[in-house]
Amino acid sequence: MNLTLKIWRQKDSDAKGQMVDYKVTDISEHMSFLEMLDVLNEQLVNAGEEPVAFDHDCREGICGMCSLYINGEAHGPDRGITTCQLHMRMFNDGDTITIEPFRAAAFPVIKDLIVDRMAFERIQQAGGYISVNTSGNTQDANSLPISKHAADEAMDAAACIGCGACVATCKNSSAMLFVGAKVSQYALLPQGQVEAADRVKNMVAQMDLEGFGNCTNTGACEVECPKGISLDNIARMNRELMKANL
Amino acid sequence: MALDSKIPKGPIKDKWTIYKDKIDLVNPANKRNIDVIVVGTGLAGGSAAATLAELGYNVKAFAYQDSPRRAHSIAAQGGINAAKNYMGDGDSNYRLFYDTVKGGDYRSREANVHRLAEVSGNIIDQCVAQGVPFARDYGGLLDNRSFGGVLVSRTFYAKGQTGQQLLLGCYSAMNRQIARGKIEMFNRHEMLDVVKVDGKARGIIARDLITGEIERHSAHAVVIATGGYGNVYFLSTNAMGSNATAAWKIHKKGAYFANPCFTQIHPTCIPRSGDYQSKLTLMSESLRNDGRIWVPAKIEDAKAIQAGKLKPTEIAEENRDYYLERRYPAFGNLVPRDVASRAAKERCDAGFGVNATGEAVYLDFASAFERYGTEQAKIHGIKNPSKAEIIKLGQGIIEEKYGNLFQMYEKIIAENPYETPMMIYPATHYTMGGVWVDYNLMTTVEGLYCIGEANFSDHGANRLGASALMQGLADGYFVLPYTIGDYLADDIRTGKIPTDSKEFDEVEKEVKDRIEFFINNKGTKSVDHFHKRLGKVMWDKVGMSRNEKDLKAAMVEIKAIREEFWKDVMVPGSANEMNVELEKAGRVADFLELGELFAKDALNRNESCGGHFREESVELDGEQKGEAKRNDKDFAYVSAWEYKGEPADAVLHKEELEFNDIELKQRSYK
Ligand SMILES: Cc1cc2nc3c(=O)[nH]c(=O)nc-3n(C[C@H](O)[C@H](O)[C@H](O)COP(=O)(O)OP(=O)(O)OC[C@H]3O[C@@H](n4cnc5c(N)ncnc54)[C@H](O)[C@@H]3O)c2cc1C
Ligand code: SF4
Ligand code: FES
Repeated sequence: MNLTLKIWRQKDSDAKGQMVDYKVTDISEHMSFLEMLDVLNEQLVNAGEEPVAFDHDCREGICGMCSLYINGEAHGPDRGITTCQLHMRMFNDGDTITIEPFRAAAFPVIKDLIVDRMAFERIQQAGGYISVNTSGNTQDANSLPISKHAADEAMDAAACIGCGACVATCKNSSAMLFVGAKVSQYALLPQGQVEAADRVKNMVAQMDLEGFGNCTNTGACEVECPKGISLDNIARMNRELMKANL
Repeated sequence: MALDSKIPKGPIKDKWTIYKDKIDLVNPANKRNIDVIVVGTGLAGGSAAATLAELGYNVKAFAYQDSPRRAHSIAAQGGINAAKNYMGDGDSNYRLFYDTVKGGDYRSREANVHRLAEVSGNIIDQCVAQGVPFARDYGGLLDNRSFGGVLVSRTFYAKGQTGQQLLLGCYSAMNRQIARGKIEMFNRHEMLDVVKVDGKARGIIARDLITGEIERHSAHAVVIATGGYGNVYFLSTNAMGSNATAAWKIHKKGAYFANPCFTQIHPTCIPRSGDYQSKLTLMSESLRNDGRIWVPAKIEDAKAIQAGKLKPTEIAEENRDYYLERRYPAFGNLVPRDVASRAAKERCDAGFGVNATGEAVYLDFASAFERYGTEQAKIHGIKNPSKAEIIKLGQGIIEEKYGNLFQMYEKIIAENPYETPMMIYPATHYTMGGVWVDYNLMTTVEGLYCIGEANFSDHGANRLGASALMQGLADGYFVLPYTIGDYLADDIRTGKIPTDSKEFDEVEKEVKDRIEFFINNKGTKSVDHFHKRLGKVMWDKVGMSRNEKDLKAAMVEIKAIREEFWKDVMVPGSANEMNVELEKAGRVADFLELGELFAKDALNRNESCGGHFREESVELDGEQKGEAKRNDKDFAYVSAWEYKGEPADAVLHKEELEFNDIELKQRSYK
């Protein structure tokens, strides 16, 4: 296929950015979206131009590094996937594709399509952990049975890859799905209970500090989340917060 | 320098205990005065950083991603081994030790592997305490699955996302220490060299990948935990950024590089589909627990399939060649990775491959659907279920076990694996070689440690599944924190290490000169161009099957590519900004040297061993005729290479391996 790409170029966080048009030819439908960008970049480098900077690493949908807002959708037009799992068979010959960085006040652009998601780090540092000594002798793992149901549910919440699509897609730039997933994982397991109240309070406080908006129950995050993290996690987080504030 | 592995004396089962009882300890008040640099925050570096901080040291941690949670460890799917014997099927520390030494083709160090087995159980306890949601059975206890090459069920897992969950566990432990100020985290920073003062590692030079600034960081000890070098093949299952730079730079500064040619080829990857491909995707090996591997038995069927004229479901049972079950009846589809990989290549080379490129075999779940479905029908009291009902019930179970893998496959190949068998092919996956370390995990440079996949220590020649995660966490949580203390005990009065010394000046200058070179070299070819060419030589001549003639040719070819690279590489942009091409250029430059040493090591090792088949070393007769032949008489050693300028000039040091507790036996999976 032959495609026209409209890509956001921005030299660094201080520079003003703009959309630039590029053409790519001979794109196979079996390529992933990022491989298509590799083709463009090879073309740019061969012409002595700077390639388009975008974040990626695992290229199999698990590291959460890739981002991209493609034709107005976080991670592009397919469901339940990340950008690196998006394949060109989702597009047609002759298409024009718009590629922008995730846009949210809390995710400043670093360069071109790369944004800074450190706000997520700080939220987790505010309490997204169980305070167990890492150098001690912990009790035998089977001494605390956990129901299969709880473990499975905790696993579903823990599957969040921290990509930020939920934020990017939300009209309020809310990070509630991400934070809800984190809070839920620990809320569902017996280990984290003793500090549950502090955890949720601190994480939510940090989330607000970072400049993420509030949730107005639109549900766009759930739709775009590559890992199918459900809105139930937001509800659970709110319950946990209420409980903590009682 | 003579290699001293510093293996403690005493019976194998007591070595680690005796060692721990005797080492020097640093008192908590003094730990506050000691800085440790940890480069890499995957499972190995992340667990080490968290634990060292917990103990009281000041830790500076570095990673090139924006968060430790994105390290390559996140991608591990299958699981982690531990000798818990929760299943009561006869597992023990000794048995895990034995399986790992055997699976490593008797090329690993007994004492290290035994220690690994000893601490394995603790790893699970630690992770569960951190809230890692491992799979549970209905009674609420931990569940296990079995992995290729062993006969017990000792692999703990969290769906198909075990690496992710383990990494999130140690990442959360890190976050706790970052919040307390005990870990200073440097995201998007790349270590570009190590600094030695009076022969000891005392710091690193790193580049801030956002601003391009070159920084100096000092510490009393430096820990390298930067993962494996599988990307030397260009195409591999490794994350795109995985690289050898840190390991290679410390090699050039005096750390010996061990067994570079030991790489693991994984049998169950998604086959490649074209020239533009940037990486290969692994399908967890756990799939082999339930999937059966086959190709058509008749060459004309294979040809029809390749041409797209026949579907796998149209081939009758008797016309299928379940070649692993045929050749290795005792282990069947669960033979170790190298055996499964070579057997697949053998069938495909003989023309029986099942995709357009002829480089794929089937992994078929049809009989698992039936087996599980029948069981489920019984459990749910369904009388006389129809075949379709059975299949549906069975598919439900398979979906529960491997749903995300099936989904991933479908996204990539655009075929529904519940309806038609998956296609798989071997790919480069894991590197067992790496920086040489002694029992303390210290390299041949004092104060410079190396842990996780970046070191060579525990895997020998053919790591089994689910042991890399175990080694990374064992090193980080339970081994290094002890051994490094023994070394740092001498440093309690040293005080801060200054960074304004001539040693830092010199190394910083080397680093800057190199960057300047790339920016100013107005060549004509992209970095990827050279990386792809290197990868092709590596796969064709230094891949699964090797011979003397090709290996010699590979060394010459790699050198030639390297020379051309330094003349003609082009890196656009500048040094003082985020510059992805510049990052790649530095990494590929190192791969171009490592690749040659890799081939040299392979040439030296004239035996078939672990993941690779040396064509000159094959069983000539008997039951094992045609199978790989290991040569313990001449090659029961670790090859540790000393840097002497050009990779071809590297000098070989041998660490002779002693097997006192396990008898060296030729492997047989028949
Ligand atoms: C697809 C896949 C599936 C796997 N599945 C399994 C499995 O089921 N079971 C199992 O046991 N093993 C598995 N493995 C192997 C296992 O995942 C790895 O061996 C292990 O995770 C390596 O961990 P590590 O901490 O040593 O390195 P990594 O996780 O690779 O971490 C490397 C770290 O170093 C950093 N880094 C690298 N270079 C630099 C530098 N120069 N400067 C600064 N930072 C740097 C990176 O940012 C990263 O933080 C799998 C591997 C792959 C590829
Ligand atoms: S909740 Fe979903 S969309 Fe949001 S960060 Fe996690 S995985 Fe990404
Ligand atoms: S590159 Fe890792 S999720 Fe896309």
